[in-house]
Amino acid sequence: MKRVFLVAAVLTLGVTAGVAQGDPIAARKAMMKGVGGAMGPMAAMMKGERPFDLATVKAGLETMNKSSKEIGALFPATSKTGGETTADEKIWSDAAGFTAALKKFDGDTTAALASIKDEASFKTEFGKVAANCGSCHNTYRIKK
Amino acid sequence: MLARLLKFGTVLAALGLAGFFVLTDPAVLSALKGSSLPVATGAPDLDNGKTMFHAGGCSSCHATEKQDDKTRLGGGHALHSPFGTFYVPNISPHPRDGIGTWTGEQFLRAMREGVSPEGRHYYPSFPYTSYQRMNARDVGDLFAYLKSLPPVEGRIRDHDLPFPFDIRRSLGGWKLLFADGQVFRPDPAKNVEWNRGAYLVEGPGHCAECHSPRNLLGAIAAGKRFSGGPSPDGKGYVPNITPHDTGLKSWTKKDFAYLLESGFTPDYDSVGGSMTPVVGNTAKLSAEDRNAMAEYLSTLPAIEGRKKAK
Repeated sequence: MKRVFLVAAVLTLGVTAGVAQGDPIAARKAMMKGVGGAMGPMAAMMKGERPFDLATVKAGLETMNKSSKEIGALFPATSKTGGETTADEKIWSDAAGFTAALKKFDGDTTAALASIKDEASFKTEFGKVAANCGSCHNTYRIKK
Repeated sequence: MLARLLKFGTVLAALGLAGFFVLTDPAVLSALKGSSLPVATGAPDLDNGKTMFHAGGCSSCHATEKQDDKTRLGGGHALHSPFGTFYVPNISPHPRDGIGTWTGEQFLRAMREGVSPEGRHYYPSFPYTSYQRMNARDVGDLFAYLKSLPPVEGRIRDHDLPFPFDIRRSLGGWKLLFADGQVFRPDPAKNVEWNRGAYLVEGPGHCAECHSPRNLLGAIAAGKRFSGGPSPDGKGYVPNITPHDTGLKSWTKKDFAYLLESGFTPDYDSVGGSMTPVVGNTAKLSAEDRNAMAEYLSTLPAIEGRKKAK
């Protein structure tokens, strides 16, 4: 029994050390904050509270696109709980669906980067990008 | 002596039981509280009914499971709670399995008093504690709108509740304590917009039902309304939406209105979990109604909630 405990303790330590090194929960939270930060100026442009600026839009879409490719790796099975995470267990029980949602976000941001050239195209295309936030959070995130 | 005591005890118990049966009778309760309203007369306004349908979030619980059409209200969704699992009923206008044969009186009583056409108490998982604030006109319009939707076949199974929560009659006692049966009364000191917002938030919107902590009997804790609480389904925490440090102190009216329209918080986080379908509904309301809700929400009293984790 003691040995089991010891093994468990060592394993836990190892996992904790690995997480502390990378801390996927903190890392993915920071990445989502970055996506929110990119969203801010673009949403203000959609609302007409800020003048349209193509460079800001492109930079924001790049941030989102990069995140869509990288964030999937920040949900290892060891990070289901802890660190005040609002990740839903469906991320792991429905891994295929979660991957598909990220792929869609990747595809939609790539398409927007290609199609948004001016204010008019921004106003017609950007909604498709923004819709990804709610549709993914609906399923893969618990209330916050 | 013992025999006399025993006799006295028996009489007392019998009286108590009789009292329980009288007081928990849905008809007695309704008379006692004077909560019944006459059904609205005149032609129903379907547009207003649709507004009430979206404000009330009916489809979030009652839409048929595993399909996207929010107007097919076949029910079946399982609501997990600390008291057991509730299975949401079919409220499509199907004559056998839904509410197709209901009268306006029956619907009004169900919404405002939580009593079924057969005279049984509903569990407050159906938020009549909020819907009781609705006026007869809005409930009548909502009923007409629901009747215009497609009938869906299929009766939903009974709730799965452990003893003693499976005794419906005991809900009479619960209602005596926690449902006052009063319709919304506008505050004459406030403007029209604030009162419209208060009506939508406290009545059909039933926001407090999730955004408040609950006591041991499952009712909203007095004095803690809107200060957040553990999610009823046990997953996560529903935030404090009062303007307190532990809540949404920095939010402006515009921030609330934008969240109800888009699902984005002021720092462009997008709300998840069961708030997503709520935003799906509030996005369909008029901008005026969203602004009214925002006006009311931004003036809620500040109440301390759970400390934020750093």
